[in-house]
Amino acid sequence: MAREVISNGNELCAKAAVDAGARFFGGYPLTPSSEVMHVSSDLLPKVGGVAIQMEDEIAGISAALGSSMTGVKSFTATSGPGVSLKAEQIGLGFIAEIPLVIVNVMRGGPSTGLPTRVSQADIGQAQYPTHGDYASITLCAGSLSECYTETVRAFNLAEKYMTPVFILLDETIGHMHGKASIPDLEEIEASIVNRARFSGAPEDYVAYDVPMNTPAVLNPMFQGYKYHITGLHHGDNGFPTEDAARCEYNIERLVGKINTVAAENDGLDDLPDYEEYMLDDADVCIIAYGSIGLGAYEAVQKLRAEGIKAGMFRPIMLWPSPAKKIAEIGKRFENRIMITELNMGQYTKEIERIIRRDDFTTLLKANGRPIAPAEMVAKVKEMI
Amino acid sequence: MAFNYDKYLRVNKMPTLWCWGCGDGVILKATIRAIAKMGWDMDKEVCVVSGIGCSGRFSSYIDCNTVHTTHGRTVAYATGIKLSNPKVNVIVVAGDGDGLAIGGNHTIHGCRRNIDLNFILINNFIYGLTNSQTSPTTPRGMWTVTQKNGNIDPTFNACNLAIGAGASFVAREPMTDPKKLEKILVKAFSHKGFSFVEVNSNCHINLGRKNKMANAMENLEWIESITMPLKKWEALEDPIEKENILPTGVLRDVEQEEYCEMYAEIQKVAQGKRAKITQDDFEKKI
Repeated sequence: MAREVISNGNELCAKAAVDAGARFFGGYPLTPSSEVMHVSSDLLPKVGGVAIQMEDEIAGISAALGSSMTGVKSFTATSGPGVSLKAEQIGLGFIAEIPLVIVNVMRGGPSTGLPTRVSQADIGQAQYPTHGDYASITLCAGSLSECYTETVRAFNLAEKYMTPVFILLDETIGHMHGKASIPDLEEIEASIVNRARFSGAPEDYVAYDVPMNTPAVLNPMFQGYKYHITGLHHGDNGFPTEDAARCEYNIERLVGKINTVAAENDGLDDLPDYEEYMLDDADVCIIAYGSIGLGAYEAVQKLRAEGIKAGMFRPIMLWPSPAKKIAEIGKRFENRIMITELNMGQYTKEIERIIRRDDFTTLLKANGRPIAPAEMVAKVKEMI
Repeated sequence: MAFNYDKYLRVNKMPTLWCWGCGDGVILKATIRAIAKMGWDMDKEVCVVSGIGCSGRFSSYIDCNTVHTTHGRTVAYATGIKLSNPKVNVIVVAGDGDGLAIGGNHTIHGCRRNIDLNFILINNFIYGLTNSQTSPTTPRGMWTVTQKNGNIDPTFNACNLAIGAGASFVAREPMTDPKKLEKILVKAFSHKGFSFVEVNSNCHINLGRKNKMANAMENLEWIESITMPLKKWEALEDPIEKENILPTGVLRDVEQEEYCEMYAEIQKVAQGKRAKITQDDFEKKI
């Protein structure tokens, strides 16, 4: 069953966080994401949670990580410049395996860039937000409904894989008001994933003693399971080590628990990693994601009205990318693929890597303006 | 009976990584004795948070839930830990570089919020771990690896900063008298609100060697020469001497509304368990 609500992307994102079990928000005002913090500060105290506006972006994510370390689902929200500032703490989240949801409502960059205008130029940043080796999980909402459902999913993935997870909105979708159909609360509650717990005797508990490609088991604090969390390389017991074999194991496990698992299981959960729109009988494939996907639905319809059998492939899980499906699309559509995104081709590079070709037609824009369906239609016509 | 430190230490992590004669070990022991005096349950009621620097290793040695964070962000992490677990006693340990340079902003805002954290600032007047770079508290004229002619940067008075930023408990105590330090820490731990304790400590290795105090005792004697109990300090007449000497003991101890308690009232309002907070409430107590 579903509920229908009138809302906007940022608000739906905050609402989803609370429904997914988040009880702590730490953040700092940043256009165009601030409404996530505004709504969180209304909703969280109602359910016994906390929302705090910290002194800067770094403090916002640090407080959220601190809270999450104790066992409380936590999140932060920002835009590209804020992610840049939070970068070092995100790294601590990766290496210490602290679940955290980071909402990035993308605006134009680099630097202060275009604060109030749309972009999708943080796709690459989401893949490698900080120094060192790790694998990132990044979801990208392509509708108001997905601002809600993919945020819930981000929390579940963060808990399941014990890692920071990005949920990307963009300025258009974050500030878009409208009707959205979202699942009933009971359905959400039934889907909730909580981090694994060790239930044996405290003296037998070894927090980071886990097999290859599996996440650490970090029990909630202050319940008798005493352990150490550090941003340094650490052994089984969480204490710093420089042992070469152990350090190698740590990094292989951090990357493998996400990339290898996703490749072996065709994704990180049972939810769709992409959407195929009118692709079954299509001759031409538009690849788009986020708010640009909304324009692509219309472009597909317009092209079909003119007798051109177009369809759309829209990735939702950007990292790790749905590589198997992208490879299939590459094979099937060959040179009849048009990739459109609001940056200079950041995801195009990933598609090129997977399909092993670099001659795709692209419609790219990095001036803070969305891409109109008419522009997509014209580009496809040029291509065929 | 001798005090049993083993109950509070991760004994298998001994000996510590700190240099022979380092003050950090003395501060660790005083902290443990103060925790024991408070009667806190190490399993469920204590969290130690540290940053980067020699002081960062502090959290490795105390046997409770411990967090070794990034450089400078201790107070911010601790704020999240405390807000989600208001009943837990959170001890934050940072050095002068950690807490006053890279993390200065978080220190200021922790003080301002008056959140109930126990902040121990170990001030050894230098970046010790990374080999003798100037810190915000390095005295003017001292040799550092980045200022070999002598440090030209004016010196930060950490306690004045904490008072100015609104910490409700501010104290300074050198580690040269561990008993006194323990008493100050008990006062800090008992205080509701942000407790800021600057502990002056030695680094005869990376401050002392090039500044004519290459052994621990010389370094400690120097610390004693630049510190003085508050009462005596207040009686000093020469303003220049007054500026160069650091007063010790409790410098501020006032009752102020604590952040977590105020937030609990916000939660009550949100849940309809109390009436809306009025402007009158703000003038008295939320």
